[in-house]
Amino acid sequence: MWFPRLASDRVLRTRPVDGPFALTLRSNNTERLYCLNTAAERLGLTRGMSFADARAFCPDLVSQPARPDLDARFLAILRRWATRYCPWVGRDGEDGLILDVTGSTRLWGGEAQMLEDMRDRAMRAGFEVRLGLAGTRRAAWGLAHFGQNGQQPTDLPVAALRLDDRTITALQRLGLRTIGDLRMAARAPLARRFGPELMKRLDQALGHLPDPVMPERDPPHYGVRMTLPEPIGLTEDVMGVTARLLAPLCEKLKAQEKGARKLTLTLRRIDQGSQQVELRLAAPMRDPNRILPLFERGLGEVDAGFGIDQVRLEAALVEPLPFQQIGTRQTAPDQFDDLITRIGTRIGLENIQRFLPADSHIPERAFAIAPAAFSSAQGGWATLRPRPLRLFPPEPIEGAGNHPPERFRWRRMRLTTGRATGPERIAPEWWFPDDNWRSGIRDYWKVDTREGRRLWLFFTPQNPGWFVQGEFS
Amino acid sequence: MPAELHNSFPLRRARVHEVCGAADMNFAAIAAPMHGPLLWIRENWHCDTLNPFGLMPFLDPSRLLLARPNNQTDGLAVAEEALKDGAFPFVVIAITRPLNLREGRRLQLAAKAGGTTGLCLIPDGMGSNAVETRWNVTPIFDPGREDSTLMRWEIIKNKSGTLGAWNVQWDQQTDRVHVVSPAGERPGSAHAPG
Repeated sequence: MWFPRLASDRVLRTRPVDGPFALTLRSNNTERLYCLNTAAERLGLTRGMSFADARAFCPDLVSQPARPDLDARFLAILRRWATRYCPWVGRDGEDGLILDVTGSTRLWGGEAQMLEDMRDRAMRAGFEVRLGLAGTRRAAWGLAHFGQNGQQPTDLPVAALRLDDRTITALQRLGLRTIGDLRMAARAPLARRFGPELMKRLDQALGHLPDPVMPERDPPHYGVRMTLPEPIGLTEDVMGVTARLLAPLCEKLKAQEKGARKLTLTLRRIDQGSQQVELRLAAPMRDPNRILPLFERGLGEVDAGFGIDQVRLEAALVEPLPFQQIGTRQTAPDQFDDLITRIGTRIGLENIQRFLPADSHIPERAFAIAPAAFSSAQGGWATLRPRPLRLFPPEPIEGAGNHPPERFRWRRMRLTTGRATGPERIAPEWWFPDDNWRSGIRDYWKVDTREGRRLWLFFTPQNPGWFVQGEFS
Repeated sequence: MPAELHNSFPLRRARVHEVCGAADMNFAAIAAPMHGPLLWIRENWHCDTLNPFGLMPFLDPSRLLLARPNNQTDGLAVAEEALKDGAFPFVVIAITRPLNLREGRRLQLAAKAGGTTGLCLIPDGMGSNAVETRWNVTPIFDPGREDSTLMRWEIIKNKSGTLGAWNVQWDQQTDRVHVVSPAGERPGSAHAPG
């Protein structure tokens, strides 16, 4: 099955347009036509034409930006639909489906009836479809793309073998226009001239070499729902329903060795309003007894109104969670993850962070801060010199010369230098543009003031000035 | 000095304590237990950051988790949750507005329930009445050593003990604080310059 105008048909299904219509896609800094309808093609527009030219040809062209990602998703939906004809369906390129209908045509009363049904349904859905039915996958593709009614695969032009343009031109110059011609020609000289690829394609088209259809599996769906005969409103009841939904969901997760990372509980009220409770977990999990208490806080905030009559639980995000040997892992990390999840529902999971060492001499960049739920603790902390406990954006102080000032004012305090240790020169990383380091290299000093505070000062020799950047205590 | 530091420090478990003064972060890092994870709750609008390399002499930065709530109410909720749970034996909370008695008491009850220790870093004069002990920690200039961490620890509130003040020094090799005997100090060297 080939959908020659899948992208524009998809858009026109939701918003029909009379007259020329085109989808544009930005490539190489130009808007180009990506897909057009028949009206536009009749006016002489072609794919790959620049959008400005097309507008010049046809001023009343209606256009929209193309969304190849949505098209791909739509093709996946079509693929699922096509399993009504046979179980063995695969995607073929960006706009085609390939069905292995061996043995299933008789359910539709024969090949012709089946094709008729396909064409009929596609047309009703608003899709232009070209169908090709042949003994091999490649021949069917050729028939769909190039064939007319009643043609045999051997009558197809050589382009139906999906060869590159140069090979096609060369073959046509040799007088080999159809697959039938190619088949009659001597194989050895052709293989010597065009390489084994051509003969492989030919053999696949004629069925001498296997070319199986790769069916796709439906991605597993982690969702369960329960419809209730009577609406419920009490928190305990909703928790009870959630517990009953969690059990089969976790069974399924367990069977697939997955763990849920994000769970969405949708509660539909009898007045058709629906509310969602989202639970993001700090670690993948599939133990219903541990997940259930985590829903408590979210469910407490739900307004039940006149009652809830449908509850749907879905694992929106799953991660692999293989089985583990009992007894090797202690229970402490689980308790830890549960706590992080509970805190995360309050302040957001990404606001619980940990430090990771980074490879840099710049004090601010020598460590990275990463969300704790998505990273693991790392060792490898090492410094050559003591570093301050507290870092802040540089605060200028008055001072001159390349030695720390004897007396200075910082944060409205009058401080006297008791001892200065340094300098330690740190050069900016020129490969990172950083506005804070515009002033060039820095000479860091640890200054113990007589008042007690131990500060981290730096001097910028290239732009003379003194700053305080940290405090040891 | 009659009061002994080991009566009040290490901090009593299952209680919430407070510390103020310029070296409060050092105190928190020193007061943290040797093992186990730590939670440090700090609102996300602070422009200064904790430097993990500065923590290294006191504890391993990979043990530390930061929670960055939007406001103090969220921060207190996180602290209560963490103290009650017991997964973190030590929880540090940076306080920006004074706690009322109810909030202080709730933290205290949570710490008792979880058997964990809480430490509030408070600005001067913002203490809560419910805390177990309150410390004032200030760094002192030490002319003797270059890498000195000489501090004056003063206990200014103690629910079950006496008050006292000590000059202490952190010893990185043995991972403990040493009380510097007042007799060992030259008179006036710590407080008045020169």
